[in-house]
Amino acid sequence: MDHAIQAEGLVRRFGETTALDGVSLTVRAGTVLGLLGPNGAGKTTAVRIFATLLRPDDGHASVGGYDVVRQAHQVRQLVGLTGQYAAVDEMLTGTENLLLIGRLLGMPRPAAKQRARELLSGFDLTDAADRAAKTYSGGMRRRLDLAASLVGRPSILFLDEPTTGLDPRARNELWSLIRGLVAGGVTVLLTTQYLDEADALADEITVIDHGRVIAAGTPDELKAKTGSQTLVVRPEDDSHLPVVTSVVAELTEATPEVDGPRVTAPVTDPAVLPAVVRRLDDAGVLVTELTLRGASLNEVFLSLTGRPVDDDTEDDSERRPA
Amino acid sequence: MTTLTATRPTPAELSPRVGIGEGVRQTMTLAWRTIVQVRHNPWELGDFSIQPIMFVLLFTYVFGGAIAGSTSEYLTFALPGIIVMNMLFITMYVGTGLNIDLTKGVFDRLRSLPIARWAPMAGRIIADQVKQAWSIFLLLAIGMILGFRIGTDIWSLLAAVGLMLVFALAFSWVSVLVGVVAKDPEKVQLFGFTALFPVTFVSNVFAPTSTMPGWLQPIVEANPVTILSDACRALMVGDDTAGTEWHVASAATPAVQSLIWAAAIAAVFAPLSVRALRRRV
Repeated sequence: MDHAIQAEGLVRRFGETTALDGVSLTVRAGTVLGLLGPNGAGKTTAVRIFATLLRPDDGHASVGGYDVVRQAHQVRQLVGLTGQYAAVDEMLTGTENLLLIGRLLGMPRPAAKQRARELLSGFDLTDAADRAAKTYSGGMRRRLDLAASLVGRPSILFLDEPTTGLDPRARNELWSLIRGLVAGGVTVLLTTQYLDEADALADEITVIDHGRVIAAGTPDELKAKTGSQTLVVRPEDDSHLPVVTSVVAELTEATPEVDGPRVTAPVTDPAVLPAVVRRLDDAGVLVTELTLRGASLNEVFLSLTGRPVDDDTEDDSERRPA
Repeated sequence: MTTLTATRPTPAELSPRVGIGEGVRQTMTLAWRTIVQVRHNPWELGDFSIQPIMFVLLFTYVFGGAIAGSTSEYLTFALPGIIVMNMLFITMYVGTGLNIDLTKGVFDRLRSLPIARWAPMAGRIIADQVKQAWSIFLLLAIGMILGFRIGTDIWSLLAAVGLMLVFALAFSWVSVLVGVVAKDPEKVQLFGFTALFPVTFVSNVFAPTSTMPGWLQPIVEANPVTILSDACRALMVGDDTAGTEWHVASAATPAVQSLIWAAAIAAVFAPLSVRALRRRV
């Protein structure tokens, strides 16, 4: 089986809004696909269709070679799902939560207990094993949620914005857990609105916006696709910023942005760099930083959609009434 | 990490559907889960244990003398109705629990598992029946300590308990609907109080119908809470009510009417609930 997940022309409407408008994607077995897009782009809707929680209005999808509509029960035996919010029973302890899933999956009681212990220790929750989950911190809940989706040793894992709302430390912990899972051979479909997260974890990225795929490829391909590099100049003395800005504007024929003490501008011709050095030297401006770097995914997203990734002005149509 | 993540070898053929036996086992696991929750949530235990006991004590000792002449006599008439009232309040836990599952995402997690589609709902309802049985037992025990006597036999008593459980099963669908429609668990509780209080109090649970104003009496008599209380009173106390305003000639008529009400409530609210749930998830 080459493709763990395959979707073709998925369409899903909620009343007037079209959450998915013909999404096609493939995820090779054993790799991580980052499904990247702003709030309301349709990421959660796509994951809910793959996890058999929602039927597509049009198009079809298969997971592990099974159709998500006609063979939903088989799909459910292969996948694990970790949602946007930590879907753990807050009234139960960590152990009981995992025991519940194990028993539901048909494991005998001792085996389910053993598996729960194993996961709790692997996710650093042993000390909290017998406390009700409502006493857990956000990061602990998220780890328990991830553990719960792994009880049945799924070969395909859906992670829907797994680190949203976590502090940087908890986020890093979760990232290394996810890397460990991938090393163990799990296929992962990860949705995120954080470009660095997709960059850090994904083998391939599919960018969706307004329910449509607007770009796909490896992180490097996506960055290369926009073609441009970014010139960054930081004068030693902030009072030189206007001079630097006008020099950069003249040489790059672009409108530079002043970002704190730095001036940045997109460039297409690398030869601009020595020219900038000469002109600033002539003007007697000392610089502490002068670099040409590849575009970040944020800039890629901006160039693909014409707006930054964290632009939250759109209605969040994919969220259910809560 | 490898022991955690090593994926299970995929069998050549995955089973295409859940067997009935598996579904029943999953239902029992989910019922277990709902019961275990209570252990970590003493408030809920208090709600369906202490609250009804307070009602019994309050009504028996504060109003009992005034309404029936003596507290022990009053208990004879009031206890079956109080048990019915309490049963209705407890059904609200089905909706509250379901709402928590929906808002917290637990419902999605359960639906993503290879389990019978009906198991989560069935598990919840079975757990509710266990809670109901516990409450009925508790209230009967307290009643006995305070002087309540079964005037019939064990079979009639069991029939009364069975009748209440059947009614609770049907009324749970009202609770499910509220649980699905409500935005948060507090709203479910709020509904429980604002809607169930008038329904249970505008009945003959605490006072005989004839003591109420004429315009109210037809409403009280048509109230299924009155009908079910009549049935339970007749089945538990029997002829001990003879000569009082609570007396009904035979348990059969109100019992049959209660079952008709239960069937009607389930017939209306079960499809509404299922439809609302489909729209929400």
